[in-house]
Amino acid sequence: MSTAEMQTPSTRVPSPLERLRTLLSPTGNTGDAIFKATMFFAALLLVILVGAMVVALASDSMLSIKQFGFGFLARRDWNPIGGQFGALPFIYGTVVSSFIALLISVPLSLGIAIFLVEQAPYYLARPVGFLVELLAAIPSVVYGLWGIFVLAPFLRVYVEPPLAKYLGWLPLFQGSITGIGLLTGGVILAIMVTPIISAVVRDVLTAVPSTQREAALALGATKWETTRVVLGNGLPGIAGAIILGLGRALGETMAVTMVIGNRPQISISLFEPSYTIASAIANEFTEATQDLYLSSLVELGLILFLVTFLVNAAARLLVRSVTRRASGAGAPA
Amino acid sequence: MSTPTISLTPNVRASEPPQEPSDSTGAASKITVRGLNFFYGRVQALHGISLDIPERIVMAFIGPSGCGKSTFLRTLNRMNDVIPATRVEGEVLIDGQDVYAPGTDVVELRRNVGMVFQKSNPFPKSIFDNVAYGLRINRLTTSRSELWERVEQALRDAALWEEVKDRLRQSALSLSGGQQQRLCIARALAIRPSILLMDEPASALDPIATSKIEELIVDLKQHYTIVIVTHNMQQAARVSDNTAFFLLGKLIEVNSTEKMFTAPNEKTTEDYITGRFG
Amino acid sequence: MNRADRTRRLSSAVMTTLTAVCTFFAVGILAIILAYIVWRGIGAVNLRFLIDSPRPVGEGGGIGNAILGTLILLWLASVIGLPLGIATGVYLSEFGGGRFANVVRFVADTMTGIPSIVVGVFAYAIVVLPMHHFSTLAGGVALALIMIPIVARTTEEMIKLVPQTLREGALALGAPQWRVTLGIVIPAASSGIVTGAMLAIARISGETAPLLFTALGSRFFNYYLDQPIASLTVQIYNYAISPYDEWHALAWAATLVLMTMILAINIGVRILTRKRF
Repeated sequence: MSTAEMQTPSTRVPSPLERLRTLLSPTGNTGDAIFKATMFFAALLLVILVGAMVVALASDSMLSIKQFGFGFLARRDWNPIGGQFGALPFIYGTVVSSFIALLISVPLSLGIAIFLVEQAPYYLARPVGFLVELLAAIPSVVYGLWGIFVLAPFLRVYVEPPLAKYLGWLPLFQGSITGIGLLTGGVILAIMVTPIISAVVRDVLTAVPSTQREAALALGATKWETTRVVLGNGLPGIAGAIILGLGRALGETMAVTMVIGNRPQISISLFEPSYTIASAIANEFTEATQDLYLSSLVELGLILFLVTFLVNAAARLLVRSVTRRASGAGAPA
Repeated sequence: MSTPTISLTPNVRASEPPQEPSDSTGAASKITVRGLNFFYGRVQALHGISLDIPERIVMAFIGPSGCGKSTFLRTLNRMNDVIPATRVEGEVLIDGQDVYAPGTDVVELRRNVGMVFQKSNPFPKSIFDNVAYGLRINRLTTSRSELWERVEQALRDAALWEEVKDRLRQSALSLSGGQQQRLCIARALAIRPSILLMDEPASALDPIATSKIEELIVDLKQHYTIVIVTHNMQQAARVSDNTAFFLLGKLIEVNSTEKMFTAPNEKTTEDYITGRFG
Repeated sequence: MNRADRTRRLSSAVMTTLTAVCTFFAVGILAIILAYIVWRGIGAVNLRFLIDSPRPVGEGGGIGNAILGTLILLWLASVIGLPLGIATGVYLSEFGGGRFANVVRFVADTMTGIPSIVVGVFAYAIVVLPMHHFSTLAGGVALALIMIPIVARTTEEMIKLVPQTLREGALALGAPQWRVTLGIVIPAASSGIVTGAMLAIARISGETAPLLFTALGSRFFNYYLDQPIASLTVQIYNYAISPYDEWHALAWAATLVLMTMILAINIGVRILTRKRF
């Protein structure tokens, strides 16, 4: 205030402080300006943190990137002693385990969502839905513990032998049966990912206006035929839900580490142990004494970050398009 | 103008001799409702409705908002079944059979009693696929050419064919609001129901589209029994043969439209018609 | 025609049954997991177990330091994460129209999808490396980073639910924007914000991966922020992958303790939100 008074009338310009004040607070109230500034900086911090994350990951993997270039993605060796690092075994393990997970989880999740939204009596839908969501609250390490001591033995005794016996002509089901391996990793991921996919599909199906259901019913459609109409309405959202589940599966660490065997090898057989990017970082980070070793691990982290980022962004776009469409749109009358 | 028929309800005096003798079994009527009570949970929405609807006329349901006319309409094809915790007492006879009798085939019922909704609700498919939907799921045609014929016929019946015949593969959502509503009518007509229920079919449309729908309704009654819910009394007067007036979940009066709007039997009806309330 | 009809109705009935089977299969898996935890864990849980720190194999030991460690980590993460998360959420809901707000929203949504192990690597880079050793602080920071975007989004959603008329009533009385937000809107949304915070805490209490190379883990009781610290999740992991049966039993017992805590929060939140309606 006093600064302005001290300036001569003909050269009076708003001081930087006043300009900032107006920008921050259209109401002209100081308290508002401070408040908005504080909130703004908190939000800004979030953006800066993510930016810093990308920068930190990139810079710490520079050593490895310079050493191996893009070939890092195609190399198969993972030999800390010899200084040879390649990402391919981990990419393979991550992709295959996630794929198995989706193969099992998608039909299961769709079934759950359809049951809860379209078919369950209303007094059943909420409590059962809550129970399914509770699966998502179980920590990864607990799934891993259960995986080691319950799921793996179960698969080893009741599932893998029949698979080997009847489908053993497929290279997928050959080899020694230990219960620890790609298949177990895929199954445990499937269980972990199901509550997420089904929750999003439930939201998508609920967003479909009930007039669509009524239109089908009024034409004499059966319950399942009506459900198919609803699914048709929600297709982009369902695709988004599946991709969201994929994103989650790609990044899962503890449960997978505990049941997948942690051996950097590429084998067709699902019974064989494997290794995922997340597991590799979890297991070897504290043991990486050489710079190149550590840098390679960070580069793995960078790859994982980029992939999950893209996958998640795609998923959210798809889901948002359906839930937004439900609230309007249509040609002008 | 077809000669109006009236039906007798306990507290309404007949002022004209009925055209057809409606005996106590109501066999001459297409739809007979007796003592219908309807509950949303513990709240009773319809009280003791009894009504006859003869064949091949247009019956309008009028009344202020919240009076139960849409709820009543939806009981006729058991559409209220999709709402949880609803309960029905009484009889709804269509062609002499109670549709609420245990063991009734509801899917079959809805094939016979078509419905058009307040806001048009085409499926996110092509125009052709929308009209063909009912035919396909009910397996009503045996060949592709028969399917095409039925679709074309339905679109003609709904006075939409000329406007869409060159773009049957386009999305139904690309049509204007009025066209979408006529598409929904075509979709309902394609499976050849004997009864068509229309819940405020023109309320979301502009005046020109509305008049097209009204012309359509007058044409359709040659082949179909039509029940239309409307909050627009002038529309009811223009389009219907008989009118039923509802208030607070009760049926106040049923009469020929001409009589209803010139010399109604009940004072309450007269008050509503002349705009004293609602 | 009738045959086709019967096929339709049959397929409808079959599909209804299948979807029900899927649902009850999922619920069944939940029941099996919880049952195993209780069955295998209940034997080893006693007061000693809850208070002691780990001992060499054969000497028993407990998870006392791990419980304390988890509590300290959660407290630290909340101290850092809750104010930042809630403030971001307030920013998004109150000033959320512009392009910057959309960027923030997008970033927050993306962050919820980042694998927690990558967040751990980042926390390692910005806290452990400069400090030259593993620390509680690093663990707290890692957990806070996971927490912030979750809290921000739920806070934004909850504040948006507050009816506009409430704000307008206060503004019409001449209250400045910040007073309205702090004094009326946030209190009105407070139960929702608290719910969101509690769910976020439950979520990070189960995190293991980001702690593996930030807080590291410890066999001792620890209170200093610049030292490594034990946590329930890391302890469960260590016990589980060890070759000793005795330690496996301890892993189950520790899991029982952890799950009790998490379920208590989840179910508690559910009950509280139901009462509101």
